[in-house]
Amino acid sequence: MPSILHMIADASTYLTWGWLSVSVPNLIVILLMILVFILAIVIPFPHDGNDTDDQGSTK
Amino acid sequence: MTADTQQPPAEFVPTTWTGKLRGVAERKLPYDKALPETQPAYVASWIYVFGVLTLVSLVVIVITGAVLAFEGPMWYNSSSVGLFFNSLHFWSVQLFMFFMVIHLWGKFWMAAWRGKRAKTWITGCLAFLVSIGAGLSGYALQTNFESQWISFQSKDGLNATGVGAWFSVTDIGQMLLVHAFLLPAVIAIIVIGHVVLVRLHGVVPPIDAAKVEPDPQVSPAPQESTVGEAS
Repeated sequence: MPSILHMIADASTYLTWGWLSVSVPNLIVILLMILVFILAIVIPFPHDGNDTDDQGSTK
Repeated sequence: MTADTQQPPAEFVPTTWTGKLRGVAERKLPYDKALPETQPAYVASWIYVFGVLTLVSLVVIVITGAVLAFEGPMWYNSSSVGLFFNSLHFWSVQLFMFFMVIHLWGKFWMAAWRGKRAKTWITGCLAFLVSIGAGLSGYALQTNFESQWISFQSKDGLNATGVGAWFSVTDIGQMLLVHAFLLPAVIAIIVIGHVVLVRLHGVVPPIDAAKVEPDPQVSPAPQESTVGEAS
């Protein structure tokens, strides 16, 4: 069974849909970016409730 | 000295371009605006973190790149410490592009060019485009089989656009100067301009918070939103 290092070093597998061709590593990175983007919007930012001033600004 | 003999301090009237520039800088970007201690409530969201993450990645890229430039390809392709610094440089570039794309998406869907922020948006896009060129020239500079493969694959595409007469990814000397000097200098100028513009116009609010954003032409209005509503 090939190790993950061999999988990274080997030539990439390409997925093709019509005119669109993308390597599996690039597709993984794109999906990761989409996931992190969604999480950044959904997950609430931590704060202790005392970090706003009279103007509604946060420190 | 009596009170009636006291003269009010004369108003500073600059006569040189340095004085005029200082006057404009002090008027447009005072210290408390350039280096603020507070941010609007809507900034308390993870999506606003990716700009500064991109900046931090850029700092790591510059520091590790400087080490690679001083030590040279023999060092960073053969010694263990050299390979470590090479990897630091490589992975900080991966994170730089990763964070910058998420920053770009966040600002695009937020229509971040609102509120006279078009120049901020344009400089950000320019930084992204120039970074792609810096990345390509960096891959071509690895001086290994991968860089040979990338250079010979990309040269055909570049030649097809006509830029091959001036920009040759197979010219290692040109790639060295472009990657280690020209493009970092261009990126630094664009990014500094981008950050100054962000400080000048402030961080763009979410679209649903635009109604509470103070108009910079009028006296500042209090923010109605709270941290809890930010995201």
